[in-house]
Amino acid sequence: MMLIPCPWCGPRNETEFHYGGQADVPYPAEPQELSDVEWARFLFYRANPKGLFSERWNHQAGCRRWFTVRRDTTTNEIFQDDSHEAVTR
Amino acid sequence: MAELHGESPLAARAETLAGSSVPGAVQLSEVAFTAQITLRVDPKSPAAERIGTAVGTMLPNQPGQVARTEQLQILWMGPDEWLLVGPEGSAGRIQATLAEALGEDHGSVVDVSGNRTIVEVTGPRSRELLAKGCALDLHRRSFTSDQCAQTLLARAGVVVLCRDADEPSFWILVRASFARYLADWLADAAAEYRDRTRQAASVRTLANGSDR
Amino acid sequence: MTGEYRLAEGGRINRDRPVRFRFDGHEYEGFDGDTLASALLANGVHQVGTSIRYGRPRGIASAGPEEPNALVQIEEPFPEPMLTATTVALHDGLVASSLPGQGRLATDPDPARYDAINAHCDVLVVGAGPAGLAAALSAARSGARVIIADSDTEFGGSLLGSDEELDHAPAGRWIDRVTAELRATPEVTVLPRTTVFGCYDDNYLVAVEHRGEDTFTRQRTWHVRAREVVLATGSHERPLVFPGNDRPGTMLAGSARTYVHRYGVLPGHRAVAFTTNDSAYAAAVDLHDAGVEIAAVVDVRPVATTLWTARCVERGIQILTNCAVTGTSGTDRVSGAQISPVPSGDSAPTVASELDCDLLLVSGGWNPAVHLHSQARGTVRYSEEICALVPDRATRGVRTVGAAAGTFTTGECLRTGSEAGSAAARATGFDADPAEVPSSPSGPVTPPQPTWLLPGLSADSDHDQFVDLARDATVADVRKAVGAGMSSVEHIKRFTTIGTAHDQGKTSGLLSSGVIAELLGVEVAQVGATTFRPPYAPVAFAALAGRDRGDLYDPIRVTAMHDWHLAQQCPFENVGQWKRPWYYPRPGEDMDSAVLRECHAVRTGVGMQDVSTLGKIDVQGPDAAEFLDLVYTNKMSTLKVGRIRYGLMCHADGMVFDDGTVMRTDEHRYLISTTSGGAAGVLEWLEDWLQTEWPHLRVHLTSVTEHWATIALAGPRSRDVLARVTSDIDLAADAFPFMSWTDGTVAGRAARVCRISFSGELAFEINVPWWHGREVWDALYEAGSDLDITPYGTETMHVLRAEKGFPIVGQDTDGTVTPHDLGMSWAVSKKKDDFLGMRSFSRADTVRSDRKHLVGLLPPADSAVVPEGTQLVELSELPEPPVPMLGHITSSYRSAALDRPFALALVKSGRDRIGQTVYGHVGDRLVPVEITEPVFYDKEGNRRDG
Repeated sequence: MMLIPCPWCGPRNETEFHYGGQADVPYPAEPQELSDVEWARFLFYRANPKGLFSERWNHQAGCRRWFTVRRDTTTNEIFQDDSHEAVTR
Repeated sequence: MAELHGESPLAARAETLAGSSVPGAVQLSEVAFTAQITLRVDPKSPAAERIGTAVGTMLPNQPGQVARTEQLQILWMGPDEWLLVGPEGSAGRIQATLAEALGEDHGSVVDVSGNRTIVEVTGPRSRELLAKGCALDLHRRSFTSDQCAQTLLARAGVVVLCRDADEPSFWILVRASFARYLADWLADAAAEYRDRTRQAASVRTLANGSDR
Repeated sequence: MTGEYRLAEGGRINRDRPVRFRFDGHEYEGFDGDTLASALLANGVHQVGTSIRYGRPRGIASAGPEEPNALVQIEEPFPEPMLTATTVALHDGLVASSLPGQGRLATDPDPARYDAINAHCDVLVVGAGPAGLAAALSAARSGARVIIADSDTEFGGSLLGSDEELDHAPAGRWIDRVTAELRATPEVTVLPRTTVFGCYDDNYLVAVEHRGEDTFTRQRTWHVRAREVVLATGSHERPLVFPGNDRPGTMLAGSARTYVHRYGVLPGHRAVAFTTNDSAYAAAVDLHDAGVEIAAVVDVRPVATTLWTARCVERGIQILTNCAVTGTSGTDRVSGAQISPVPSGDSAPTVASELDCDLLLVSGGWNPAVHLHSQARGTVRYSEEICALVPDRATRGVRTVGAAAGTFTTGECLRTGSEAGSAAARATGFDADPAEVPSSPSGPVTPPQPTWLLPGLSADSDHDQFVDLARDATVADVRKAVGAGMSSVEHIKRFTTIGTAHDQGKTSGLLSSGVIAELLGVEVAQVGATTFRPPYAPVAFAALAGRDRGDLYDPIRVTAMHDWHLAQQCPFENVGQWKRPWYYPRPGEDMDSAVLRECHAVRTGVGMQDVSTLGKIDVQGPDAAEFLDLVYTNKMSTLKVGRIRYGLMCHADGMVFDDGTVMRTDEHRYLISTTSGGAAGVLEWLEDWLQTEWPHLRVHLTSVTEHWATIALAGPRSRDVLARVTSDIDLAADAFPFMSWTDGTVAGRAARVCRISFSGELAFEINVPWWHGREVWDALYEAGSDLDITPYGTETMHVLRAEKGFPIVGQDTDGTVTPHDLGMSWAVSKKKDDFLGMRSFSRADTVRSDRKHLVGLLPPADSAVVPEGTQLVELSELPEPPVPMLGHITSSYRSAALDRPFALALVKSGRDRIGQTVYGHVGDRLVPVEITEPVFYDKEGNRRDG
């Protein structure tokens, strides 16, 4: 049972959260300008590293805010993402 | 006031809650028909400040913080979201106050009074009872008076509000459709406090095989 | 009760409370404080079953959770399979039997209660032996919140099984004093009979508390989130591998000592002790002093330690050094042990003597219980010094002390425990000094001699040398695995099944690594050990399920009108967590006839349905219109205040994932609806885009699903019914047109009324706050009574919408269907620069001409309804497999209006096949079905205004 640090509510059990996959996969600015290959890359291609991974979570049972953390996929150790200010208790 | 409001979500569970209350352990009851308004506004905006002035207290800006006025409890629900809980029949008045203070600025005021009802849990065993389904640390050092949290209680999303940490008293705000489930769960979790001796005796009877 | 195996005094049993129990049909007596195993031994019963593969007699081999043999089936008070006799607390009325192989589950519901509780603490101490008690005491005195849990019925750990003294007094006094202090400390939770069985991420540990048979809750599962953890889980003695090492009467030396000291039980009358280290000497001496004749201590080491030699000489106990037990005799119980000098090189051992005995004590050293440390992702290393795995690198917030860390003297356990307790408390911000610890006379422990396989034995004896008693796995099995080329301990474990039984290899795990190392000719450290996984000890499923069963298994969501539905005794359909009325049968009606009647009523008269479960989200802000244009396929910015539009939502991949109506309530405000099951997901998805992609948009979303109770009133007479309960709404078609809404009063209550239809008929949706739902429902029902107003359920709703070709997201779609596939291109805007899904509509895959389209199907008019899910094929006879599939039926019903069965289906190139006949594969038949347009009824839409 991971303890996931919601930047607003503080650390909570992972059951309060919903996973949002890889972070920093921006919606393309001009989707209609992309080739099928580029668009497919946005839709379907995601990293799956062994080690540190930036990923998104939604505090579904709490403040409903989306946020990003870095998680070591081998140990489940979580580091607050640098680009998101952490507010913990 | 039932005239005004018809039937509360836990009207059909009033007896369940009362029957699960055990003096000296826990008391359970519904606090029905409160006015509940969701407010969304940028906390750093002049509008937020005007709203603070209008309702008589600044909007709490710490996660889980609750501000109180004579009439209102203002629960922090998110970085730009609050739930204002007021007495029965005050929803219109609260909305008008907020809307006026908000003016033309961006923000939203939504009547959600029917969305959730409230179960009050009081008594010395309150924390233990809630701990059977709530993973938050409800210890008085960690979860103090006028603190709230959105979390899970059993399998229902709830807002837990600590009304008093010393003489334990909690409000559980629960979506109306989940209210009966939660009441049933609370009654089940509180069963061990009810006539412990009688229960123990009956379990023994079962254990001896007379009722299998 | 004393007998030839129960000492007249001593032990921590309560001799004033005899306990009667039955085992394998025999009545026995023990005492309160006994385990089933100690009580059986006290009655001279050693053999408790036969082995799983070979049916060999097996006896009680230990005194704790590491027991590989003594599996029992509990019959009374309630059937429970596969418990170890060594951990079952004896109680009145216990009926148990020996268990060869698999246990038997109860067929009756368990009347006992199992529940769960969450707990938080600064310091969790696992294990209440000398190290754990000292740790808990240090932490508790600082004011930190402490939980101390131990599997045993009482605290003390290894001290309970010895006659050690602390501060020159029996250790029990110190245990009692410390336990009493812990119990009296306000922030300390003391949990005996509680096994911490799993250690998960971020110091989340799960334990099961056995509260006893007479308590309200039989077992309670504790979910503990600890800031710091001190593991003082002790160690397990390791048996030895030699021919005939599985005969009943063969017992771990330390366990025999425990039976004497803790239970006042003599496990035999004449014993041989076979050892590689000092601890069997302590057992031999204690058993001797308790009245057991010690035939010999057989030590593989060339020289015994001076201290123990002296103690044995004092008592006349013979020591045979540089010797080994190389065979046993006896049938149901060991009757003799063959002793051989340890041969040098490969020469075969010669049996020097055979010693008569009814008890064979064994000790191959001690394995620290590193299970929880390892589960917490701490690493372990093989210690040459103690010939066992010890914790190496620990994870944050986890400390291991005492025997679990390879520390085997009581004094050191106390000291390191006390220090760890204070360090843990300090780490959580408490000012904690190590509590003072009592003095212990125990001297240093000399290391064991590593002994895995006795040298020189013939291969014939491999089959008699057991490595894992629980799995009946022998040296022969390991040799076979190694011979097949395996060298990884993980592979050999799976090949031989060593370590996979109920005990998860507590006695056999490292032993098998040692045997593998010898057979491969490598170091044990190189072989390593298999992964330690939870649960540490078996846990009943009932304990894991707790109260999450029956109606509390998952929330049952109900609407404001639920009690009315209940009163009609209607069956409910589960939609997500909601209970929705399925149909309302009248006396004598089955489902088909009830649904036909309900459909007929809506098409010709008036029906009403509780549609409160639809999700509702308030969307507000200056950019609300722009936002909705991005998330719906059609344009919502052009919707006028007061009007309603149907909308489809697609993921970026262009596949439909939800639908609903969009009501514009103000210039900057909309109320959107979602499917009943999709509400939470849609809100989260909308927040995702709003918060992470388009934070510049000034929009706020608020869920108002349960604020409103919603009643659909449908059918040509719906206007007449509504007119009877409202006076301030002009219901005329031109004043209140289709797809518009208005606020007004219904049955005396403020309501928002919409003209929305999911059936094609004239229809209204009446929204009132939750607490007026029932009242307004009753009023409408009453107002329509002379028109035979007919409540209808989800089934009728489904039939009526299918007759109109309206898809249900999640039934007629499955995440691979675009709006165009549904034939709903009309709901996809061509005037927007972008919206979610738009780019995907021009992908090569989505423009394929052979995509599956939603079409109608007509089976023969007189045929039965073709089941939903039926696969469709091209030909009237099945070709040889593989059979090309055209698609499948997504919705299928009997239509009251058409008086025939009909269906919707997803069919490859379906719209190009209209008029063709394809075949549905039903059972072993092929049913012809004609492909049609998906709209079966009122194609012109003439009925919506009544």
